[in-house]
Amino acid sequence: MHPALSVIIFTVLSGAGYGLFSLVTLLHLSGRYPASGQTELVTQLGLALALITLGLFSSTLHLHNPKNAWRAVMRVRTSWLSREAVCALSFYPFALIYLWQVLQVGVEAGPLMVLVGGIALSLALLTVFTTGMIYASLKTIRQWHTALTPANYLLLGLALGATALVAVHAGFGGRSEGLVLLALGLLLLAGVMKGLYYLWIREVSGPSLNTATGFTQARVRLLDQGHTAGTFLTREFGFDPGAGRIRRVRLGVFGFGFVLPLLLMGMVLGGGSSLWLAPALMSALAGIGLERWLFFAEARHGVMLYHGLQRT
Amino acid sequence: MRLGLVIDLDTCVGCHACAVACKQWNTSGTTGPLTDESPYGAAPTGVWFNRVRHYEVGDYPHTKTVNMPLSCMHCDDAACVTVCPTGASYKRREDGIVLVDQDKCMGCNLCAWACPYGARELDPQDGVMKKCTLCIDRIYDGALAPEDRQPACVITCPAHARHFGDFDDPDSAVSRLSRERGGRKLMPELGYEPTNTYLPPRSAPTVPTADVRRGSLMSNVKDWVNKAIAR
Repeated sequence: MHPALSVIIFTVLSGAGYGLFSLVTLLHLSGRYPASGQTELVTQLGLALALITLGLFSSTLHLHNPKNAWRAVMRVRTSWLSREAVCALSFYPFALIYLWQVLQVGVEAGPLMVLVGGIALSLALLTVFTTGMIYASLKTIRQWHTALTPANYLLLGLALGATALVAVHAGFGGRSEGLVLLALGLLLLAGVMKGLYYLWIREVSGPSLNTATGFTQARVRLLDQGHTAGTFLTREFGFDPGAGRIRRVRLGVFGFGFVLPLLLMGMVLGGGSSLWLAPALMSALAGIGLERWLFFAEARHGVMLYHGLQRT
Repeated sequence: MRLGLVIDLDTCVGCHACAVACKQWNTSGTTGPLTDESPYGAAPTGVWFNRVRHYEVGDYPHTKTVNMPLSCMHCDDAACVTVCPTGASYKRREDGIVLVDQDKCMGCNLCAWACPYGARELDPQDGVMKKCTLCIDRIYDGALAPEDRQPACVITCPAHARHFGDFDDPDSAVSRLSRERGGRKLMPELGYEPTNTYLPPRSAPTVPTADVRRGSLMSNVKDWVNKAIAR
């Protein structure tokens, strides 16, 4: 699959934003957020909303006819993309009321704050889940058609959010072993899940050139694809980075996305300066950006069977 | 009604006439234009609703070339319609034709991602998804002669490898052909219940030789002489 930059930016940034928002809200509403004052909480929530908005804006860049984008809320009953649009849009009023309450009332959580914050938190997680389901619901792409896809999206969003949370907390001069431990745990879990995903997609399954052509009792191979130059199909689905590049990018995913940030967090826990959490966030963002690129790049669409692939 | 095509892989000669006729009819039809980019350049590319690919089946020396035209299968359970967030993609209840309402499409490509047959192509000029309409602007056109109320690809096929009809009617030509020739669906394991059906190549009948009597010595000599002096 062709990796569209706008979709990579969208899923990484808004995933991190929703993760940050839900973690901050959860910690705040349960009274566990170790904030010294209101400013830090507002900064965290503001950063989350900025990341989400930037991501959602980027997502509209891959539409070829954005003037009809408002119609994306019309098919909630069947389409996961529609469900994502509805969740993402209905998140805003609750999140903004919650932010306004924090600004007005302060860090003390009142009943209204708990109500709107709780709803916003659920919608944030639901949005990330629906994003994952857009891909997981496609039977044409076996690398995506697994429950591991939404699990990865949720965990990676939460892990990035937690990493951003501790970095911002450190920026305000705070130092909380508990929070760093939470971020470390989530990042580790997300890394293990991603490893499981990479193992899972090695298992070849689904349609083959034989079932695609109906000739299931003999070998089938492509003689001629019928066109001399590329088509929409080969441009959209024909991207193949090659096994060597996939291996190298995977090293980058684990190195920058998980190993380096985990080491930096370990240093902070071991008594190092909290300022190491900023490079940890940068590294995690870069690594998970690579992860998202690879998510598209190594997915192989069923239509490529007609273009000569034996298996996807 | 469940309208669709039967494509005979036994008689298809792979001439691409169906693809060209489709392009010609539809580029000036209701879903047109089917935009081309650099049509006279080094790498011409554009929107086609019907593409023909060529495969070799079997191992040498028992091989066969199979020409395979692919267009929209007008699936019973069309995933492209399920995933469409805007409602631009829809399946007509009355005849099962899957269409795109170009006034509603936002060009997100998700329907093309959901289609395993490569039936949908985005027109970058118009920014909307386009696909086979089963020539809906021909088959219901009362101004045309009844025999012309068929998709352009079916009418143009010089090998009569394409047939159009109603699969819900067990006595229609397409239902009979599909039944008698063991018609197959492509990628049935995905569960999209495609309507279009492909007829496998017929195996050549074997000529029985067991009952052929050996010729007499005299007739063999005659045959040899006839061959030898024919020139």
